[in-house]
Amino acid sequence: MSDTRTLVNPAQLNRTLYRATLILVVAAFTLAFLGPLYLLVTGGLKGTTESIQTPPTFYPHHIEASNYSDAWTRLNIAHLLLNTLWYAFGALAFQLVLDVAAAYSLSKLRPALGNAILGLMLATLMIPAMVLVVPQYLTVLDLPLIHQNLLNSPWAIWLPSVANAFNIYLLKRFFDSVPQELLDSAAIDGAGPLRTLLSIVLPMSRPIIGVVSIFALVNVWKDFLWPLLAEPDPTRQTLNAGIYSLSLGVPENVLIAASAISAVPTVVFFLIFQRNIMSGLTAGSLKG
Amino acid sequence: MAVATASSGTDAPPARAADRAGALRRSVQRNLTAHGFLIGAVLCFACFQWYPMVREVIMSFQKAKAGRTTWVGLHNLDQIVHDPSFWPAWRNTAEFTGLALLFGFALPFVTAVVMNELRHARGYLRILVYLPVMLPPVSSLLLFKYLYNPEYGPINRSLQLLHLPTSGWLQSPDMAMLAVVVASTWMNMGSATLIYLAALQNIPGELYEAAELDGAGLLRRVWHVTIPQTRLVLSLMLMLQIVATMQVFVEPFILTNGGQGVEGSTTTVVYLIYQYAFNFSNYGAACALGLLLLLVLAGFSVIYVRLNRRLES
Repeated sequence: MSDTRTLVNPAQLNRTLYRATLILVVAAFTLAFLGPLYLLVTGGLKGTTESIQTPPTFYPHHIEASNYSDAWTRLNIAHLLLNTLWYAFGALAFQLVLDVAAAYSLSKLRPALGNAILGLMLATLMIPAMVLVVPQYLTVLDLPLIHQNLLNSPWAIWLPSVANAFNIYLLKRFFDSVPQELLDSAAIDGAGPLRTLLSIVLPMSRPIIGVVSIFALVNVWKDFLWPLLAEPDPTRQTLNAGIYSLSLGVPENVLIAASAISAVPTVVFFLIFQRNIMSGLTAGSLKG
Repeated sequence: MAVATASSGTDAPPARAADRAGALRRSVQRNLTAHGFLIGAVLCFACFQWYPMVREVIMSFQKAKAGRTTWVGLHNLDQIVHDPSFWPAWRNTAEFTGLALLFGFALPFVTAVVMNELRHARGYLRILVYLPVMLPPVSSLLLFKYLYNPEYGPINRSLQLLHLPTSGWLQSPDMAMLAVVVASTWMNMGSATLIYLAALQNIPGELYEAAELDGAGLLRRVWHVTIPQTRLVLSLMLMLQIVATMQVFVEPFILTNGGQGVEGSTTTVVYLIYQYAFNFSNYGAACALGLLLLLVLAGFSVIYVRLNRRLES
């Protein structure tokens, strides 16, 4: 990639000018994107008086690491973290099982009315999410036909997460590229549809399963309004909703420490999976 | 084959009927299996997407009082239009969308063009731009609320040290929306940047060489090669960003204490929907306003499709 010709002619490139631009860009990016994170971590280390003094300090003059443990216990972060993990991995499991099965059926088993169902699913991509929040909330309060109230239960996060047309679209398009001859030969060997899915289609689909899994986890982790509405009980809240709900009752420095703690898991997750996340972003969204 | 046709010649009717019955049974079984694989997802879509959409429309014309719903026609619409917050909310939403496009649309593109020219530190820069996208939004927004604080926030302090004018930011009616947009751009620009970067890397280098031979300078090369070559991605992202920013909620909700800001300067349409539904339990009004927003956004999509078709031909 680095050898392809771009806007500036490499032959005419002024070396000093390039160096200067590079340094400037790297410095500007570092300041713009790491600067706030530095202030997040150090803001949480300041004492209560230092955190609200005028003029503010750019580094903590007295380090008070106890803010972090204070935030951990006062906002009950361990509990919020466990809740979020439980919702995120549950949603991941439901999406992997139900969306993969549905996409496989639409792509390879081709039931009657399959295209109509796919069309109706993809149509939901056109509907802005915020418009549906109110009727979705009312539906969760009283599920049609079975009249169950899902409020304050993990199902209120797991089940709606399955209704993700983007997943269906990505998975179906990938399954479409699995050659039919392979499935036919498996059928001749006596494999049923489930067996074919598990031992032929899935092993070939690892990259797309990875993309879908990452987005499933990240979506639950980053969501704010839905968990705030669906899990109003403080003991059942997610990190986002929980920290917001408690944000008015704690001092600024403890709140900043809590924000820093809740950012850590996603940062670590991102640094480990950055390649998959960034390639999934461009592969999933705009090709074809 | 020959044997089969020969035998079917002697006792044709029963064998064909049996064949047809067998084919029917196989077809039914195949469909049952296929729908069995499909049913879980379809039920979830039905409960949490299709049914709510129908309900959204129905409830826009209904009023719920003491557990009883009655049809009220356009009463809900009438009520929301006469709410004093109605027009300010649309104006704020339009202002946010406009500012967000100015920053959130242009900045990622410029950033991507610059990043594409650099031969070093690419991985580092990519990670940096995308890092905020991964942070939980509440963390980022609480951080920005602290940074923006007029008395003890680092932003005003930095401006002071540089002898630049300071501001009340979120507490000033004029600056609040701008402050919200800057925070929102910081949080979200990473995805657009990486998508543009991927599009830029697909531009054939010969085009730049040809433009250069024709004597095109740097800016003309951007205008005549870079932008036309990424036009499809640019127009699609523009559309997606308009739809996304018109639905802004979390940013003003957290930054400005529940989303109103000083003198309602950051009240947005979605915030009004939230308020009708969850503060006043007026679901009819909330759904009517939601439907209105849906129609406005659908209007944008139609314009986009029309324009795109004209560009294609």
